[in-house]
Amino acid sequence: MSTEITVTVNGTAHPASVEPRLLLAHFLRDVLNLTGTHVGCDTSQCGACTVHLNGEAVKSCTVFAVQADGAEVTTIEGLADGDSYTNVQQGFWDEHGLQCGFCTPGMIMTSEALLKQNPDPSEDEIRAGIAGNYCRCTGYQNIVNAIGAAAKAGS
Amino acid sequence: MAVATFGESVKRTEDPRLITGRGKYVDDVRLSGMAHIAFVRSQYGHARIKSIDTSAAVDSPGVIAVFTGADLQEELGGLPVGWMLPDLKQPAHPPLAFETVRYLGDAVAVVVADTAYQANDAAALVNVDYEILPAIVNAEDATKDGAPLLHEEAPNNIGFDWEVGGGDYGEAIKDPDVIVVKERIVNQRLIPNSMETRGVVADYDAGKGNITLYTSTQIPHLVKLLFSLVTGWPEQKVRVIAPDVGGGFGSKLYLYAEEVVAGIVARHVQRPVKWIESRSEAYVSTAHGRDHICDVEIAGKQDGEIVGIKVDLYANLGAYISTFAPLIPTYLFGLMLGGVYKMPNIECKVHGVFTNTTPVDAYRGAGRPEAAYLVERMVSRFAQEIGRDPIVVRRKNMLQAHKNGREVTTGVMYDSGDYKGNLNKALEIFDYRQFRADQRAARREGKLLGVGIAAYIEICGMAPSAVASSLGAGAGLWESSNVRLHPTGKATIYIGTSPHGQGHETTMAQLVSSELGIPVEDIEVLHGDTDMGQFGTGTFGSRSIAVGGAALFNSLQKVKAKTHRLASHLLEADPKFVTFNNGTFAVEDIADKTLSIQEVAGQAYAAANLPPGMEPGLEEVSFFDPQNFAWPNGTHLCVVEVDQDTGKVEVQRYVAVDDFGNVLNPMIVDGMTHGGVAQGIGQALSEAAVYTDDGQLLSGSLMDYALPSADMFPMMELDRTVSPSPSNPIGVKGAGEAGTIAASPAVMNAVIDAIAHLGVKHMDMPATSEKVWRAMQDAKEARRAERAAARSQRS
Repeated sequence: MSTEITVTVNGTAHPASVEPRLLLAHFLRDVLNLTGTHVGCDTSQCGACTVHLNGEAVKSCTVFAVQADGAEVTTIEGLADGDSYTNVQQGFWDEHGLQCGFCTPGMIMTSEALLKQNPDPSEDEIRAGIAGNYCRCTGYQNIVNAIGAAAKAGS
Repeated sequence: MAVATFGESVKRTEDPRLITGRGKYVDDVRLSGMAHIAFVRSQYGHARIKSIDTSAAVDSPGVIAVFTGADLQEELGGLPVGWMLPDLKQPAHPPLAFETVRYLGDAVAVVVADTAYQANDAAALVNVDYEILPAIVNAEDATKDGAPLLHEEAPNNIGFDWEVGGGDYGEAIKDPDVIVVKERIVNQRLIPNSMETRGVVADYDAGKGNITLYTSTQIPHLVKLLFSLVTGWPEQKVRVIAPDVGGGFGSKLYLYAEEVVAGIVARHVQRPVKWIESRSEAYVSTAHGRDHICDVEIAGKQDGEIVGIKVDLYANLGAYISTFAPLIPTYLFGLMLGGVYKMPNIECKVHGVFTNTTPVDAYRGAGRPEAAYLVERMVSRFAQEIGRDPIVVRRKNMLQAHKNGREVTTGVMYDSGDYKGNLNKALEIFDYRQFRADQRAARREGKLLGVGIAAYIEICGMAPSAVASSLGAGAGLWESSNVRLHPTGKATIYIGTSPHGQGHETTMAQLVSSELGIPVEDIEVLHGDTDMGQFGTGTFGSRSIAVGGAALFNSLQKVKAKTHRLASHLLEADPKFVTFNNGTFAVEDIADKTLSIQEVAGQAYAAANLPPGMEPGLEEVSFFDPQNFAWPNGTHLCVVEVDQDTGKVEVQRYVAVDDFGNVLNPMIVDGMTHGGVAQGIGQALSEAAVYTDDGQLLSGSLMDYALPSADMFPMMELDRTVSPSPSNPIGVKGAGEAGTIAASPAVMNAVIDAIAHLGVKHMDMPATSEKVWRAMQDAKEARRAERAAARSQRS
C-alpha cells in the first residue's frame, strides 16, 4: 500500500511513492539519501531530526512523509551555499558549538528558526529556544555562544 | 590555516563536514543489497525460555531469515571479560540467550528483512513462551540468602569480593578524640545516552571469507580482536571501521552482542546487514553506569584533621560481566578514596553483585566519580558535623604541591599537582566570604542559597600496560601512531585512538603541525579503520592525548631525526650546525643554505642522494607505553538556589579550576569540561535509571529519563592551573572526564549547604524537587519533634 507524494526538498521537487507510515525523517534519509538529518530517539525528545517544514522547525520523526506532500522542506544540506555557511553554521564552527556532531544538524536547524523569530535573543531566550534539542557533549555552553555569535553577525 | 602551535585554540577540521550534514555515521553507511536486522528482546527481568515460535515472523513481508539463540549458539560463542580479578565469577554470556533471560532487553532472537520497518514488524511477531522467574534488582538485597539467583556459579549473586586499603583505619578510630561520621550513600544508576545510539553494519565477503564491521565504537581494534576471539574468525580476516561516532561516554567501550550477531548473520544470509539501535532499545541494551550502594564512614578530629575513610560497597554488575566491568568499581574507585588529602587510613571493601538489570560498566569517569562523590560528600559532611567551614577542613588536609610523584595511602603515585593552588584560584574567582554574607542576607528574605565545593583527583592516561596487566587487564593499554610524509611534504597519520567527539583530527594534526612546521590543512588524520594502520587501543579514560598524543609525538621525533640527518647531508653541513624551525632546516650563520621539510621529504623518496645506510621513504611508527598514569585534579565550586516552597534546585553559578597539565588545544579542553560538568550536574539533579522490583525499567525512554537540557545550566566559569605531567613527553594529563567527576559532589554539597540550617545532612542524588522538598519537610518535622520533646522534658 503506497501513496504518491511530491515533496520539495532544498528547492528540488521529489515525487515518490511511499508507505503512509513512513516518517519524514526516514523519507529524507532513506529515500532521498539526505543523511544529514539524524535520528537520535524514538519519542520526539532529542531534536536531532529537526528540519524546516514550510519554514517552521519541526521534528521530522514526528511528521509522516505523506503529511509533507506538497510542502517545502529544508534540511541541513540545504543551508550552505557551497562553502559559504550561514551565520549559524559559522557560529557553531567559530564557537566550538559541536563535539561529536550528531545533534548538530538538528541543533542548527532549530537555531535558524529561533533567530528568524527572534533575531536578537537573550541568553535565557536562546536556552529556552533550544531546550527541545538534546546535546550530550557540549553542556550547551558553546552552542549558546554560537547562536549568540550568529545573532550578532546577522544584526 | 597556517602552522599551528601547541597550546593554540585551533578551530576544528572536523566541523565543516559536521555542520553541513556531511558526516558519516554508521546509519549513513549504505551498501548494495543491504538487509536490516531487528532483535527480539526479553520483556521480563528474569525468565526461562520455554519455546520460541518464529513461524509468523518468517512469513512476514520482506523477511529473509529469523534466528534464535539456539540456532546460532555454536557460532556466537560468549561475550568476553576484559579485566580479571581474583576469584572473579565469569558466567557464560551468550550474545543471544537460549535458555534463560536475565534482564529486560536480553536478546533472544534476530530477524533479517529487506527493510528496517519490515524487520521490526516481524520481530514483533516472534512469539516467545517464557516461564517467569523471580527477579532481583538491588545489589545489596541480591546477596541475601534466599534472593533469586542469576548464575549457579555465583552463590548469593556475588561476582567478586575485592578490597584495598592502607594504614590501619580500625586502629586510627580507637583514638578517643576521633569523631566518626557515618552515612549510607547511593550513587544512582545512570543511562549514558550518547546522542547517536549504537549501530553496526556487517559486510561479509564470501569470496575472501572476510568480514567488515562498521560499528559505533570507541575501540575498533579491540572490537576486532575480541570479535575474532569470540567467534574464532581469523583476526586478519576481520576489519572493523568506526566511522564518525556520535558520542560514547564509555558506553561504546565493549564488544557487544549485536556486533557479534550482525557478523554471524551477515555470513548466513550472504548480504550486508545493518542494525541501528532505537533509543528505547538503547536504554536496555547498552551498558549502564554507576549504581553503588555504599556504607561509608569518615573519621577525624575536632580541629578538622581527617584520619581516614572506610567504605563498604555493593556495586551492581547487572546480569552479566560486561567487558571492563570488574575494573570500574575496584581499582578505578578504591584507589581514589584518598582524594587530594593526606587521608592516612583507608579501608575499602567492594562486592560486585549480579542482578536482573542491564550490565553496568564504565560511564564517563567510571569509578572515579563514585569515589570523588563519596570523599567530597563525606568531607563536607564531616565539616558540618564538627561545625567548621568545609574549605577550612579541606585546606587543612590537602596534600602539598609536588612536581614528580607522590605516593599516597592506596599505594598509587600521583604524578604532579598543586591542590591548594587549585583551591586558591577557585576562591579568587569566587568571592567566598562575600557569598557567605549574601547567603545569610538571602536566607532572611526567604531565599535559600548554597555553595558546594569539590576538590578532586582522578586516575587517567590509561595506562602503564605492565601495571594494568598485573591488576587484571586482558590487553596492553599503550597507544600507537604512524606518521607518513608524502613526497610532496604533505602528511597522512594514522592514530590508534578512536575519537567520538574529542576532535582528534584537529588536535593530532595540530601536534604534527607544531612539531614539523607543516600547515594543518596539509595533514590528513586517519583513525578507526583496522585495515588502515597499526593496532591501537582506543579512546577512553581520558587517555587519547596523554598516551596517543605521546605516541604521535614520539613518531614525530623519529621523523625529525631522519629529516634532520638527510637535510644535513643535502646541505653538506655538520648536523651539529643544522637547525630546524617552522619547517625549515638551516645552517647556522649561512643565510642561503636552507631546505624546507617538504623538500627534504621529496628527497627521501627520490633517494638519489641519501646518507650512507639511510633507507628511502619517510614513515615512522611508535608505540608509547607510559610509566605511570596521569592525574588530572582540580577544585570546582557551585552555587545553587533552592526554592523553599517547591524544592526546585537551580544552579546559579559554576566555577571550575582544573589542572590538566599542558593543554594542547584550550578551546577543545574547555568544551570537554563544559560537557563533563553538565553530565555531572545531570546526575546530581535529574538523571536516574529506575527499575521496579521485578526488573522493569521505569525510566525506559527519553520521555522518562531526565536528560539535562540547555535551560538547566548557567554559563560555567573555567580556569586552570598547570602542573605538567611527568608521565608522558608532552606533559598532558587528560580532560575528558574531569567535569563529570567534580560536578556531582560540588552540586550536591551546594544543595545540602542551602538547606543544612534546617538540619539536613545528606540526600541521595538526584536532588529532584520532590526529594529536596521532602528532605526539608522531614528536617523541619524532626526539629519540631525535638523541640516538643525538650518542652515536655522541661515541664
